[in-house]
Amino acid sequence: MSHDHRATGDFGRAVRGIMFKLLPFVMTCREFEGFILDYLDDRLSTKARWLFRLHLLFCRDCRAYLAAYRRSVRLNQAVFSDPGAPLPEEVPGGLVKAVLAARSVDADDPDVD
Amino acid sequence: MVPLTRGSGAAQTAQPPPSRPGLAEADLVEGLKTSDDRAAEQFVRDYGPAALRVARRFLESEDDAEDAAQEGLIQAIRAIGSFRGDSALGTWVHRIVVNAALKRVGAIERDPTSSLEGMMPVFDRNDCRIEPLHTLVPPVDVLLERRETRAFVRQSIQSLPQGYRVPILLRDIEGYSTREAAEAIGLSEGALKVRLHRARAALKKALEPLFKGGHL
Repeated sequence: MSHDHRATGDFGRAVRGIMFKLLPFVMTCREFEGFILDYLDDRLSTKARWLFRLHLLFCRDCRAYLAAYRRSVRLNQAVFSDPGAPLPEEVPGGLVKAVLAARSVDADDPDVD
Repeated sequence: MVPLTRGSGAAQTAQPPPSRPGLAEADLVEGLKTSDDRAAEQFVRDYGPAALRVARRFLESEDDAEDAAQEGLIQAIRAIGSFRGDSALGTWVHRIVVNAALKRVGAIERDPTSSLEGMMPVFDRNDCRIEPLHTLVPPVDVLLERRETRAFVRQSIQSLPQGYRVPILLRDIEGYSTREAAEAIGLSEGALKVRLHRARAALKKALEPLFKGGHL
């Protein structure tokens, strides 16, 4: 069973393309792409945010894209923030020795701050 | 709207395990300031594991990661006099270790030649997006229950070209702001944002197999 198909068919996109031409205040999908980062950072002006959301209302493909984009960011953060992720219990013995040795050198060297 | 990612990095501190016995943080800092050997050893044992984990995110080679962690811890001990306690000691150490790792990563490519071809959004001639629709996407917490998900996400990050991997690590994982990340790797804020967005778009594309019902 496949759940993978295009969000909008060719006809739907053709209609949207005509809409972009007839309604110049509606941003195109390519323009929408350029606002995603600032939208998610809540850094868009009120007008830009309104236009961004207006595009989302019209465009199923961009809704699907934005949802997957956010999901992948969250998944990425969740994987690395997982408290159960492997954290070595002990540091390599060499690391402890090397850091302590570097301290000894510092203590012997009056030029080191 | 609450920002999705700004300041919400996943791994902003290098906290020691809370159950580990030894000096409390304030005593540990005072011990380091007075060159107490016991404090220095405890510092490395407490913060070393997290320092290694941070360094491994940036450096593929285990030797490089250990060297970066070592450099970071040594620099932290040397600079302990400047630690004012405005943040947790772990947060302060974390930043120092990230900087040590970045030095080993090397200069970020100004104009990455590494291509993200096939990973970027697709538009038709009318600038309309062509996007696959996944109708039964498992929630993130369900995806995370599968061991292969974690490995797949980590591998997907590692497979990004360095010029894209480092910005996404700094912003989305290490919790740097756009300005901090840009300064850390010597890019303008605008260039950093372009890299970050492309990196996220490429990562989203790479993770799509997970979204097709969640099985790889």
